[in-house]
Amino acid sequence: MNTAAAIIYKIPQRRHPAVQFMLHQPLGAAGLAFIVIMALVAIFAPLVTPYDPLTVDYGSMLAAPSWQHWMGTDSFGRDVFSRIIYGARTALAVGFLASLVGSTAGAVIGVISAYFGGKIDLLIQGIMDVLLSFPIIVLALVVVAMLGQKIILGVDVNLIVAIGIPMVPRVARVVRASALAIRELPYIDAARAAGFSNTRIIFRHMVPNVVAPYLIMLTAYVAQAILSEASLSFLGLGVTEPTASWGLMLSGSAADFYQQAPWMIVFPGLAISLAVFAFNLFGDSLRDWLDPKIQI
Amino acid sequence: MKTLRVLAGLVLATIAFCVWPAAAPVPVDGGVLKFAVGAEPPNYDCHAQSSFAFIHPVRPHYSTLLKFDAPNYPKIVGDLAESWVVAKDGLTYTFKIRKGVKFHDGSILSAEDIKATYERIRKPPPGVLSLREEGYADISVIETPDPQTVVFRLKKPNASMLSNFASPWDCVYSAAKLKQDPRFPERNVMGTGPFVFVDHVAGSHWTGKKFDGYFEKGKPHLSGYIALFVAGAPMVNALSAGEIMAEFRGHSPADRDRLVKALGDKAVVQESPWVCSLVVTFNTRKKPFDDQRVRKALSLAVDRWGGAQALQKIALVRHVGGLLRPGYELATPEADLVKLPGFSKDINASRVEAKKLLADAGQTNLAFTLTNRNVAMPYTPVGIFLIDQWRQIGLNVKHEQLETKLYLAAQQKDNPTFDAAVDFNCDYMDEPNLQLQKYLSHDKSAINYAGQTDRVLDDLYDKQSGEIDKKKRIVLLRDFEKRALEQNYTIPTIWWHRIIVTNSKLKGWSITPSHYVGQDLADVWLDQ
Amino acid sequence: MLRYILQRMLMMIPTLLGVAILCFFMLRLMPGDPVQMMMDGANVSKHVLDAERARLGLDQPIYIQFFKWLGGALTGDFGYSIWTGKPVLYEIGIRLELSLQVAVMATVLAVLLALPLGTLSAIYKDTWIDQSIRVFSIAGLAVPSFWLGMVIILFLLTWFSWIPPLTFTPFMQNPKANLLQLIWPALAVGYRYSAVSTRMMRSSILEVLQEDYIRTARAKGVYERLVISRHALRNALLPVITVIGIEFAFLVGGLVVTEQVFNLNGIGKLFVLAVSRGDYTMIQALVLLVSVVFVLVNFAIDLLYAVFDPRIRYR
Repeated sequence: MNTAAAIIYKIPQRRHPAVQFMLHQPLGAAGLAFIVIMALVAIFAPLVTPYDPLTVDYGSMLAAPSWQHWMGTDSFGRDVFSRIIYGARTALAVGFLASLVGSTAGAVIGVISAYFGGKIDLLIQGIMDVLLSFPIIVLALVVVAMLGQKIILGVDVNLIVAIGIPMVPRVARVVRASALAIRELPYIDAARAAGFSNTRIIFRHMVPNVVAPYLIMLTAYVAQAILSEASLSFLGLGVTEPTASWGLMLSGSAADFYQQAPWMIVFPGLAISLAVFAFNLFGDSLRDWLDPKIQI
Repeated sequence: MKTLRVLAGLVLATIAFCVWPAAAPVPVDGGVLKFAVGAEPPNYDCHAQSSFAFIHPVRPHYSTLLKFDAPNYPKIVGDLAESWVVAKDGLTYTFKIRKGVKFHDGSILSAEDIKATYERIRKPPPGVLSLREEGYADISVIETPDPQTVVFRLKKPNASMLSNFASPWDCVYSAAKLKQDPRFPERNVMGTGPFVFVDHVAGSHWTGKKFDGYFEKGKPHLSGYIALFVAGAPMVNALSAGEIMAEFRGHSPADRDRLVKALGDKAVVQESPWVCSLVVTFNTRKKPFDDQRVRKALSLAVDRWGGAQALQKIALVRHVGGLLRPGYELATPEADLVKLPGFSKDINASRVEAKKLLADAGQTNLAFTLTNRNVAMPYTPVGIFLIDQWRQIGLNVKHEQLETKLYLAAQQKDNPTFDAAVDFNCDYMDEPNLQLQKYLSHDKSAINYAGQTDRVLDDLYDKQSGEIDKKKRIVLLRDFEKRALEQNYTIPTIWWHRIIVTNSKLKGWSITPSHYVGQDLADVWLDQ
Repeated sequence: MLRYILQRMLMMIPTLLGVAILCFFMLRLMPGDPVQMMMDGANVSKHVLDAERARLGLDQPIYIQFFKWLGGALTGDFGYSIWTGKPVLYEIGIRLELSLQVAVMATVLAVLLALPLGTLSAIYKDTWIDQSIRVFSIAGLAVPSFWLGMVIILFLLTWFSWIPPLTFTPFMQNPKANLLQLIWPALAVGYRYSAVSTRMMRSSILEVLQEDYIRTARAKGVYERLVISRHALRNALLPVITVIGIEFAFLVGGLVVTEQVFNLNGIGKLFVLAVSRGDYTMIQALVLLVSVVFVLVNFAIDLLYAVFDPRIRYR
């Protein structure tokens, strides 16, 4: 792979790779910084938020932004700012887990497909083609409708699966291509001739070579998953009340009130956009840095 | 808050001003009414439908035997019937049919058409779906002594029979068409109503035009109507931009305020209590909901009066009532209602009692899931409210909002596993025989999801249904309500409040406690 | 070449069959029942529900239902909608024009923006021009189309007290009314779409610029503009066309949320309704339609590659 060569070529002074990344990819570094802040805020949400996101206060419904409520309140008198912060928890948890599940499954399938080749490869590619021909949101919609809800530790597992499945064929395709490039190399043949087991060859030789595309896809799909979660929740098929979710904040009563209380849709929409923006910036730069040839 | 208060004042002023048009202006003929319908009818057969989405576009094409007089609800007037006589023993109903009523195809309506229609409803031929067979189970025979007379003979008296004949669902079909094909009305619209069917563009709109041969002279005033299938925010947007004149199901208070603000003096607001309520169903097949003390505690914990105050600002619920709509002549008046468990105005005392009951039942740390429908209005606010109420007596209740299909399945499947569910009870008129169905034993009622068997309630129901003396019926109804609210298999929460905002150009339409009645559009006109 | 085309066409069959099987059985596993849904909690006794299920053929074993449906689908008969009882193809037909038009308009917008912006971004790589175009396009990926739609409507309503027409008018009948309704959703989705294409355009040109023949051209002293327009652009276009094609295929059936926001009577809204109603026959036909569009677009792209890029081997 010329990736490794490229990196070595780029680092004559042998600075720390993180420093290198920041110097060469300022936009990506900004995105990463935003993600870190968002994650910290989400983790320490109870310390950051002025109100409990679930507490209903019929005394201050639909209050405009003020010093008490920075982003106003919703139709239940719940503090919009607090719900946005807790919504970051939902978005990051669902986004990250869905992307992890989808990308990992895709990577595993891609490597298997590439390593064994032949009929197995053909079969897997066939199945992936089938999955690929569903639009992401449509596939997620059907899976959500099929599986319903299953909440474990406050996270809807089925929602994660529904959002993750559409990523599988896309990741599998890219990873397979990278893995195929290695399969042809002489040292794999040598390893096979030396009698190494399939598992050992896959894990020792192929997996390290598909790490770069895997990481790139993983980052990119966190953004996609956050968008999918927002869309599904907006349609009423994702996260349900009273859990705080950005997409959910845009649907239901927000749609009824949005002319009179525009803060109810402006802030959640901005939150989604900023989060996705940050992940895209970071993902994009990560790709440019690690392997510009990969197309997400 | 201040703007809200100003708005509320404005709204009240508009109501006071507009509900009673002082000197009725002379209706103007002509114009096409555009209004919104929040959903779309699956097929065109009145007898097989139960949704308002059906009534609003389809009802103007048909006539019924009797109908509710919308401005004077619940007064019943003749539609196709000119006059009627009910025998003293309540066993014979004789109707005189108007002369010369024409169907849209030009044929003349006779008593035979009425008979054929009701035979189809009470005993549908194979392949025909009829949702209201049971309401007419007490009829033994329908006779047509002459073309203008139809006689219904009953097996036993039935207190709801006359209002049944005013049901908006009993569209009168042509006997000749039904004879050719009993399923004719599923795909074709052909009645005697004020408007002739023009077209239905699936997913988009429904069009009707004035029927020149309509039996009431000088009506309808409109030259036609277009029902647009639009819901939610796009519907409110269309109303506030003046694209459409009305939506006849009901708006949330927020929508009302928004529309009043956007339309200014062009907004006409009409409000009424609604024959709809959200109830909570406990799955009595399951522990600990098989324990009456637990169910009663959960009902006691709900501050209905306080909740009504708060929720009416954001949701279309407002009225506290028992099993019948508050304000309905057979309903329990407030003075008596507050003595029933769960309806006391002293919520703290009720909560103390609730905690004690839970302690007796060994369920102080009860945790369960409330299954709700993922429809924003009013299910979500009421669900959030209930969970908050139960939290206040120390219970941890999870909220599960399911998509409608899953929600219905969760309650209706064999051996359901839900704990408690928010359920709805919405009827086309005030009538105990309809509203009490939810509270009957599960083998007696298809809409009982609590799963209990309680023969005392069943027995009281049968008695009140056969009691045509109103005073005696009320006594029986009170007994029924008292037992139902002590046993708490299914508990009422807060009754709905219907709010309709129309454009001031729309005239001749009045609100009723049901969004199913008063929709034939015969009297509606547009002030150009 | 002909053999390649035939081979490629045969390969579509197992994919579509897979889609049909997967979709059919997934739907039957879905909890919930369309008949229950139709009654929506009405007081209807069980024998009435059972009679209705029998009438719709839902009481038969699943595999029999499947073969009946497949048999019909192969002869072009996709059955009747469970919900409306009308032919599925009729229901789709009346909505297809709208969805296609929005997809086409969004595509035009995307192409008009993406070609110049992507090229500029690549030529001026790592300058402020590149950075701002990248920010613009990454933002396009980040802003949810449905939210942009909500903001557009809010804007029109607040400033002009006007909303787009509620019913669809075919373009041929009244171009103005037609455009007034569809331009807004096209804008809302077109922004995202153009962002995707701009990014592809940029990276694809960057890649081509590293190729040997570009270096040769430059070394020969060919003007930079000529290098870009004659050599780089032509070769960079193929991947961009791919992205545009795939996005177009998705737009035809995938405007699910945006159509909801704008109340458009299109394929996406029909899809959401069909899913919520449990209208199996409708969902099956829609999913198949979307996959057919997707597969065909892919086929067309492959052909393009084969024609324009001699490096592709016909295997």
